[in-house]
Amino acid sequence: MPTEMTYGEALIAAIDEVMEHDPRIVLFNPSFIGMEAGQDKLAALRKKYAARIKFPPIAEIGFCGVAIGAAMAGLRPVVDISTATFSYEAIPQIVNEAAIAYSNSGGVTNVPVVFYLKFGIRGGGGVQHSGSPQSWYWNTPGLQVVMPSTPADAKGLMRTVLLRSEDPTIFFGHDRLLDDRGSVPDGAYEIPLGKADVKRAGKDLTIIATSIQVPRALAAAETLSKEGISAEVIDPRTLQPLDKPALLASVKKTGRVLITDESHDNCGVAAGLAAIIADEGFTSLRAPIKRVSIPPVPVPYAVPLEDYVTPLAQRIVEVARALVQR
Amino acid sequence: MLPDIPQEKQLAILRKMLMIRRAEEHCIRFHDEHQGLIRGHFHVYIGQEATGVAVCQSLNPDDYVFTTHRNHGHVIAKGGDPKKVLAEIIGRATGYCQGRAGTFHVAAPEVGIVHTSAIVGGCLALAGGTAYAAQMKESKAITVVFFGDGAMEEGVFYETLNIAKLWRLPMIFWMENNYRRTGRGAGHAATELTHVPKALNVETTVIDGIDVGTVHKTAKEIVGRVRAGEGPLFVEARTHLWPGNAFAMPKLVGGITEIAWAWNVAAAPEKVREWHRSHDPILNYVRELESAGVSRGEIENLDAQVSKEIESAARFALKSPLPEPKAALNYAFAGKGN
Repeated sequence: MPTEMTYGEALIAAIDEVMEHDPRIVLFNPSFIGMEAGQDKLAALRKKYAARIKFPPIAEIGFCGVAIGAAMAGLRPVVDISTATFSYEAIPQIVNEAAIAYSNSGGVTNVPVVFYLKFGIRGGGGVQHSGSPQSWYWNTPGLQVVMPSTPADAKGLMRTVLLRSEDPTIFFGHDRLLDDRGSVPDGAYEIPLGKADVKRAGKDLTIIATSIQVPRALAAAETLSKEGISAEVIDPRTLQPLDKPALLASVKKTGRVLITDESHDNCGVAAGLAAIIADEGFTSLRAPIKRVSIPPVPVPYAVPLEDYVTPLAQRIVEVARALVQR
Repeated sequence: MLPDIPQEKQLAILRKMLMIRRAEEHCIRFHDEHQGLIRGHFHVYIGQEATGVAVCQSLNPDDYVFTTHRNHGHVIAKGGDPKKVLAEIIGRATGYCQGRAGTFHVAAPEVGIVHTSAIVGGCLALAGGTAYAAQMKESKAITVVFFGDGAMEEGVFYETLNIAKLWRLPMIFWMENNYRRTGRGAGHAATELTHVPKALNVETTVIDGIDVGTVHKTAKEIVGRVRAGEGPLFVEARTHLWPGNAFAMPKLVGGITEIAWAWNVAAAPEKVREWHRSHDPILNYVRELESAGVSRGEIENLDAQVSKEIESAARFALKSPLPEPKAALNYAFAGKGN
């Protein structure tokens, strides 16, 4: 029996279920949902596992490093970084320690830590609270990068990471997804890492979308369908590991691809995926690969400026329309 | 106590403190009364006005000041134009940063505030940088970096303090303790936060941060010593968290501050009465000025003038145009060819 719940509630449910059976899981700063729906469930989680929860000082490099060290010694810490840009304060520990430890030790010291980040343009966050570091972390060998777009995916992927991950994981939520409601299967179900999901089938073009871009891509696909354009929307769900076969199969079917992710154009997620498709799917392509992401400028504060750089559904529609005419 | 300066200058300090209070009341009203005008978090300086104003009163125009996510007060205290501050808070083209920065990052290079970070501790090291630059240029400019008790939990505080002491940088670490963090017992293992700078041989002073006279006297002395090459120095100014700041977002829990509460605090709503009786730097100062012979009428006139001026600044902000959408792509780089 599936249950209706929000994205935020799905994350909390996953953590609660797994913590119950695995005493190695500890939580640092569990906030997860900010000020969004599900505060009662968050409060219950905090109460139930109070002995396994720490609220550290404002010392990101310190508490992220402590979590990494604890993972090296057998715990499975989940660190809620809150706003993704706060992880920049801890980059030396995440990138230069957690990510390299297993490789450096010749396959001995693994680091099953989870960093949960709320990334992206949340509306009025300005230059320091609208950051999208998914491409930085994807660019760092040794880190798993997970970006669910729906409540069901959020729960299934969080369960998988908590139960089975042996490596450091950057788990991306998005402020504008937290209150999205959806049907979530009850109890023990997991979504494997590295398995893409076709969110809408189509034949004229493929839209590869991550996280917040999935609902935007679906809205765009709906608009396009009224113009007789059939768009397939596929969500990789995790960037590392990446389901290359599923993405390439979709491109093979449609011959056209638009990639949309809420990070910057330069060396962004869309750029990385485009490179893979150009490299391994070139013969499938009937038109150039198109990207819809954030132009290379710090995300500004005022509404018209912020809207201008946000990869909204309308921009996806315009680019898709031009793409199918080629 | 009252600062040891002519009455005209004492009143100028009150004027500036009121400018900040009235501007930030408008800021909260922008959020509460206009759906979507301020979309994210914001923070206010209410209750800490004595510190910023009395310190900046002792500084020169070319001295550097760094502030925090609670920046509106410091910008106005250093000489910033409330019109441009309020316009920036709501993302208007006429704001200090053309609407790009918003409430968290109001910066006003023209008054010595070159950059504002909303990251806790984000400006501490930068302040070391402007102090170092002044030292290299053999200028007399000093740097004051304001930060809160929470910033002392960040590693960058320790690192910057150490560098500043080793290099004898002309800067003041001015910690405004509003007990937002330490008051909740979460943040720091030190019994006294001043123990940390003391361990690095940085001289510390702890003062009552809501008393204008004390802040003024301390600031004058410390600024003079740092300008004479005795930096860095550390000050902890203790304030009392305004009841409206007890939430994730500030709220006008007692409505706007009425100046008459200074002599009739019973008229203040219960939720804020004790704070205005004992901990409000503005009303405390008003009571002292009155005891020294300034009439209630004179004080009320001054407040009415300031309120009118800030009301008009708020109208200016609301009427100001939003930036052109395409301006979003400007200013990623200063250099041509990018």
